[in-house]
Amino acid sequence: MSGELGLATTPDIPTFIRQGALRRLVKMPTVWVAAIILTTVVFYSFFGAILAPFNPNVTKLDLVNIAPFQSEYLLGGDRAGRDILSRLMFATANTIGGALIAVSVAVAIGVTIGLMAGYYGRTFDAVGAWLSNLIQAVPGMIVLIAVFVVVGPSTVVSMIVVGILIAPAYFRLVRNVVISVRNELYVDAAKVSGLSDIRIMSRHIFVVVRAPIIIEMAYIAGIALVIQAALEFIGLGSPETPTWGGMLQDSFNALYISPLAILWPSLSIVLTVLAFVFLSNAVRDTLGDPRSSGGAARKATITSAVFKGSSAIGDTTAFLAVRDLSIAYPLSKDSSRTVVNKVSLEVNRGEVLGLVGESGSGKTQTAFAILGLLPPEAIVASGRIVFDGQPLLGLAEKKLNQLRGSEIAYVPQEPMSNLDPAFTVGQQFGFAMRKKLGLSKAESRVRALALLARVNINEPERVFDYYPHQLSGGMAQRVLIAIAVSCDPKLLIADEPTTALDVTVQAEVLDLLRDLQQERSMALILVTHNFGVVADICDRVAVMKDGEIVETGDTRTIMKKPEHPYTRLLLDSVLDNVPMRAPLDPAEEVSV
Amino acid sequence: MLVFLARRVVAGVVLIIAVSAVTFTLIYSDGERIARLILGPDADQAAVVQRAQELGLNEPLVVQFFVWFGKVLNGDLGRSLSDHRPVLETLTSRVPVTLALVGLTLLVTLIFAVVIGLYSAYKGGWVDSGLRTFGVFGFATPHFLIAIGLVVLFALNLKLLPATGYIPPTKSLGGWTLSLVLPVTALAVGTIASASQQVRGAVLDVMKQDYIRTLRSRGIPLRAVYLRHALKNASAPGLTTLGMQFVGLLGGAVVIEQVFALPGIGSLVIASALKSDIPVIMGTVLFLVVVVVVVNIVVDLAIAWANPRSRN
Repeated sequence: MSGELGLATTPDIPTFIRQGALRRLVKMPTVWVAAIILTTVVFYSFFGAILAPFNPNVTKLDLVNIAPFQSEYLLGGDRAGRDILSRLMFATANTIGGALIAVSVAVAIGVTIGLMAGYYGRTFDAVGAWLSNLIQAVPGMIVLIAVFVVVGPSTVVSMIVVGILIAPAYFRLVRNVVISVRNELYVDAAKVSGLSDIRIMSRHIFVVVRAPIIIEMAYIAGIALVIQAALEFIGLGSPETPTWGGMLQDSFNALYISPLAILWPSLSIVLTVLAFVFLSNAVRDTLGDPRSSGGAARKATITSAVFKGSSAIGDTTAFLAVRDLSIAYPLSKDSSRTVVNKVSLEVNRGEVLGLVGESGSGKTQTAFAILGLLPPEAIVASGRIVFDGQPLLGLAEKKLNQLRGSEIAYVPQEPMSNLDPAFTVGQQFGFAMRKKLGLSKAESRVRALALLARVNINEPERVFDYYPHQLSGGMAQRVLIAIAVSCDPKLLIADEPTTALDVTVQAEVLDLLRDLQQERSMALILVTHNFGVVADICDRVAVMKDGEIVETGDTRTIMKKPEHPYTRLLLDSVLDNVPMRAPLDPAEEVSV
Repeated sequence: MLVFLARRVVAGVVLIIAVSAVTFTLIYSDGERIARLILGPDADQAAVVQRAQELGLNEPLVVQFFVWFGKVLNGDLGRSLSDHRPVLETLTSRVPVTLALVGLTLLVTLIFAVVIGLYSAYKGGWVDSGLRTFGVFGFATPHFLIAIGLVVLFALNLKLLPATGYIPPTKSLGGWTLSLVLPVTALAVGTIASASQQVRGAVLDVMKQDYIRTLRSRGIPLRAVYLRHALKNASAPGLTTLGMQFVGLLGGAVVIEQVFALPGIGSLVIASALKSDIPVIMGTVLFLVVVVVVVNIVVDLAIAWANPRSRN
């Protein structure tokens, strides 16, 4: 059969079931507590009726509302004189059975429709989405009450309805997972090899959605249990059989007479629900989906090897001096990867330094270190950075903020993702200028319009009110440059400012940067992988490879006589791109 | 923007009609049962059939639905089977209580969820994990148990606040506030717990974006980055959650009103369910769906404010 072709077999899904997940799960104390509670509850749902010391419906008039531990009714008696403990035990089957019904219905409906919507898309998807929105727009409690009016008290019916109401959660989950795997190569291969849709879905796609479905089950069981208890509590449960919610209602009505009776059904409900939810949370946390940790306020670690106090680097008078800078990222508890290794740089006032190297060579990390914007995981292992006589590493955030924008500014690589999508261009100018230059709203508008005109944006007044999504890439980069220079920085760090742009726009943006640099005699660090850019505007060059500076010197010398083989390689790759050959043969051009 | 709004309104009207049609079909499927409810269990079968005919309960359901809906458009929701008062009148007297309960809960949720979520995301470390653990407890504990706990603690033992009952604001504003403190708290704990986690997650997602680093490179203090940029960008997903939570809150209010004996829509619908007072239930369902639709439109407008891209 074609399904047995090696090609069409489903690969392991490493994202969902990771090695050792079970072992980590077993180590968590919450999981143990939850498992013990749930095992107990399930045990009583099977044997509660046999093990209960009394018939749950037999009343003893002398034990009405008796307090716990006073009689043969261990947990006391209710207001009809029935044994609370026996009733709790009896009710367990009803509780767990109800939750089971709700989960089964939710899985059956949600997964089936989700699989079809995800796999076939279009009509199925639209109808499924509409139905699930419809269901989610109606308060479930009201639906359950309407159903009660029609069929009367019934745990089975109400839990089936709860299952239907929860089904949209499964529908969404399954649909999204299926859409993400539908276009995988192995599913295509299975289609090509002639497998029927049903076989593809059951063999290849169901395997992928299995894990998330199971993870959600405990959670949904918890929700079903709460709804069931709530219904019984408000008096819409079956009056004949004992239920946790019903007992809660009974004891709530007798609250003033025997205040302790309410404790037992409350504890039963809350412990079981907490066990379900904590178990589901623990499983989710262990099996992938590691939720990001908080604390974006944290800063990169600066090790004690970095001498924070030194105010100057003795042997230089450079405007910006970076000495022996090393940056590492932790890989595990006791290993780390060094991304910047003993890097030293100098930039003089008004000078343009090209920081050249391929991606991953540590250029951007060096730039972020100067700006004090390394991610919190980063470790600055060694080095010093001195800007205009002031040490930057370890400088307080407040002092750094005084420098950022007005002394050191930054132009990022990817223009579209670097403007805040929720604010207009004009507002983003204003945030920087009003803070740094103390301008009024009107003054900052005038200045922003002038800057927009300066970076060659047509109709600055209209662009001023645009949101970032209304700009093209080239316009967005001009805006970013204009904002960067808006507070008259003395040093501009431009990180691959042209890489993300169209070739035609690249040259214009580069010209603009050079003009602005000369007009304002700013120092400029131009991070790039392109020697062509360097040749155009840089006074000096530092070549980076694998986190180290391999060669540094003035542009002309290095272009003429590159010493390091890597520099030569970079130079050669630029020359390849330069159109040195004769114009194309017209015939050849047509054929292209 | 107007087109956007018009589309939301049309979708809302479709939803209102769809939900009332489904509920109507469900409830009015057996006309003779309703006639028997009106006449009582001892009524003669012939009388029941005749009464059903008089009330038009043997007409096709589609016809009955449109008759009902036509009356609704004229402001006639029928009369209660038990006290024979117009349903609209009963609803109007009950609505303010439920809206006060749910509205205040939403307001409290909004404030606390934003503060806790932001703080949790900003601080990280043990503050963050502590708040998250409390979040799971708050989320997992059923609100009616929180309500019962509050009654036992504050009303029975500390005797600080009124245990149950409702005081209209027209009678005493202070009394009104006090009578709502416990119900709102009971209802808000769960929503605050889950909404604050949503805010936290959304803020952390935003803080990972490139533009946050670029904003910081301009010397904008971290506090402003959080309060202005992260919050506004995170508010679109946050508002979506809040809109969905509102639906859940209406359901929660039903139970909470019962615990605290508040004379709102919830206790009305439970009492009517137990008495099979069908016109009242139908009217309540319709009213709640209309409220949900209106709130969803408001939420969509708020999202359009927060996220300029969603306006198109």
